[in-house]
Amino acid sequence: MRHARLFRIAVRSIARTKLRSALTMLGVIIGVGAVMVMVAIGQGARSRIEASIQNLGTNLVVITPGASNAGGVSRGAGSFNRLTIDDAEKLARESLLLSNVSPVIMAGARIRGGGANWFAPIFGVDVAYPVIRDWATSSGQFFGAADVRAMRKVCVLGATVAGNIFPGQDPVGEQVILRGVPFKVIGVLAAKGQTADGSDQDDCILAPYTTVRTRLAGRQFIAQILGSAWSAADVEAAKSEVSAIMRESHGLGDWEEDDFTVRNQADLAETATGTTRVMSMLLAAIAAISLFVGGIGIMNIMLVSVTERTREIGIRMAIGARPGDVLAQFLVEAVVLSTLGGLVGVAIGYGSSWLVGRLTGWPTTIAPAMAGLALGFSAAVGVFFGFWPARKAAALDPIAALRYE
Amino acid sequence: MATGPVIRLRDLQRTYAMGRNEVRALAGIDLEVAPGEMIAIMGASGSGKSTLMNILGCLDRPTAGTYELDGRRVDQLGGKELADIRNQRIGFVFQGFNLLPRTSAQENVELPLLYDRAHHHRDIGRAATAALERVGLGDRRDHVPNELSGGQQQRVAIARALVTEPALLLADEPTGNLDTHTSIEILALFQALNDRGLTVVMVTHELDLARYVRRVVELRDGRLVRDEAVRDRRDAAADLAAGAASAAS
Ligand SMILES: Nc1ncnc2c1ncn2[C@@H]1O[C@H](COP(=O)(O)OP(=O)(O)OP(=O)(O)O)[C@@H](O)[C@H]1O
Ligand SMILES: [Mg+2]
Repeated sequence: MRHARLFRIAVRSIARTKLRSALTMLGVIIGVGAVMVMVAIGQGARSRIEASIQNLGTNLVVITPGASNAGGVSRGAGSFNRLTIDDAEKLARESLLLSNVSPVIMAGARIRGGGANWFAPIFGVDVAYPVIRDWATSSGQFFGAADVRAMRKVCVLGATVAGNIFPGQDPVGEQVILRGVPFKVIGVLAAKGQTADGSDQDDCILAPYTTVRTRLAGRQFIAQILGSAWSAADVEAAKSEVSAIMRESHGLGDWEEDDFTVRNQADLAETATGTTRVMSMLLAAIAAISLFVGGIGIMNIMLVSVTERTREIGIRMAIGARPGDVLAQFLVEAVVLSTLGGLVGVAIGYGSSWLVGRLTGWPTTIAPAMAGLALGFSAAVGVFFGFWPARKAAALDPIAALRYE
Repeated sequence: MATGPVIRLRDLQRTYAMGRNEVRALAGIDLEVAPGEMIAIMGASGSGKSTLMNILGCLDRPTAGTYELDGRRVDQLGGKELADIRNQRIGFVFQGFNLLPRTSAQENVELPLLYDRAHHHRDIGRAATAALERVGLGDRRDHVPNELSGGQQQRVAIARALVTEPALLLADEPTGNLDTHTSIEILALFQALNDRGLTVVMVTHELDLARYVRRVVELRDGRLVRDEAVRDRRDAAADLAAGAASAAS
């Protein structure tokens, strides 16, 4: 039988039961549509993450405490802290490939000043920090080497902190009290915006690490040591150099694993997008499940259809349809049904990801290959779940089918 | 056309398994049908007529015995080969018409051609129209079965049986659902087709209709009990004309 005819028969019998066909396709439509939207959003989020990691600084090398596993996710990070000021100083002294090094000591603090209260993390850093992070001041200036050496009680406010404690006012020259210790504000940082995970980079206070370490009581730890390589080409080599120096500094034997992790921007991007990868896998699982459910819906309706049309099958067989012809007829019908569902799903996916893009401003794009893949999967669902009902139809005995009431 | 018989049955048997019991619907039939014959199969209800027709029509297979169609054994063929024989060599007409509902007469008649692998270069639409014209329904091509009378539906079914130009037409009580006048019209059509060389085997209950065929066989309990030629065969077309004349006067 000619393929065009086969196709026409399928389309007509689907058109004959429009509502039922539409309901049958719903599973596939929802499955495909949802996955398309999610993938579009996922890709939008990913490109945003990559952009904001780019904005961390130039040729960045980040050393964090705790070993990393192959996936780049820290194992037991923060459970015990093995970065010391000595590490940072040794790196600054011995590294040939890093142009700048700065420890980052973390301490949270209640800030008082100008009659207002505010909570923000205090970062104890070295003079190289703004260079590494590519971070300028909008007012005043950053502290110098002399301030660090003399452990002066000076600080630079992030834009958010400045705006909240000294609204509409230049804080430079004012005083803030951090954990009861008075600090002089000598600068305000230019606004940098949010990080990939949505936290506000401008909600912080920078002070000389020496001062933070000695003058501020309470819990504090070296969260990371930041460095920047001389050039982008040096970054990989710098990472191994840093590792070697760190191992020496920690006195690790050959058999011992690193108790720190060295990463560059690419690694950080990897870690950040690792979560989106988990999300993608989750999406794939949802896609598989919804297509499976949609497929069962199709199988169910095809079984009903075969029973309802038993007599028609008998007639077709009586006038010379081979079992294969009957099989093909029902299989094509199932595939048309599921592919149609896939098409509608893709259309809905495009439509709603465009909408999400408009609402969030994310670049939500659907690759044509993705749409093609979704359609391919829908068709495969039709073949897989349509096969059994179609075979049932083909296996009917012509006489019994003709007698069927 | 070959000189041998169109149909040759040797000790044809068909038993249905009904749980522990067995129903012997056909208990050994020997029958030969020559090309150009027109046969009526008669017999009481349950005597095995439909069972025999289904086997002749390659819709069913015998339990034992042989069936040669045009000199070729067909009793052991598989589903695919039987389908092709039904499609190309045999036209089958049912008591209940068995047309596809919601499908036009034209498309119903086209159906067998869609499954015709041997001649699929032919113009399907034209062949179907020609077949409908042969049964006098050239002007009803676009009607669906619901919009046709019983006699017209049976004519569509006959056109469908003829469209692949088979040499053998099988009809199981083709007039069972029709009134006497329409039945004779159908018989006139069969006679006209038979005159042009088509072999016709039909089942009927009605003795009146048996007068229009050339040969009558009778079944009883799955056996052939009578097989005789019809001596004064009537002309259905002439009877219709006479009936019309008497009705007019
Ligand atoms: N599918 C079946 N399963 C079991 N027994 C059957 C089946 N089909 C027919 N029979 C039996 O076979 C016998 C012959 O049936 P068949 O239908 O051939 O009779 P028939 O001569 O066509 O009768 P009628 O004139 O009423 O149509 C009957 O006894 C019937 O009960
Ligand atoms: Mg019968």
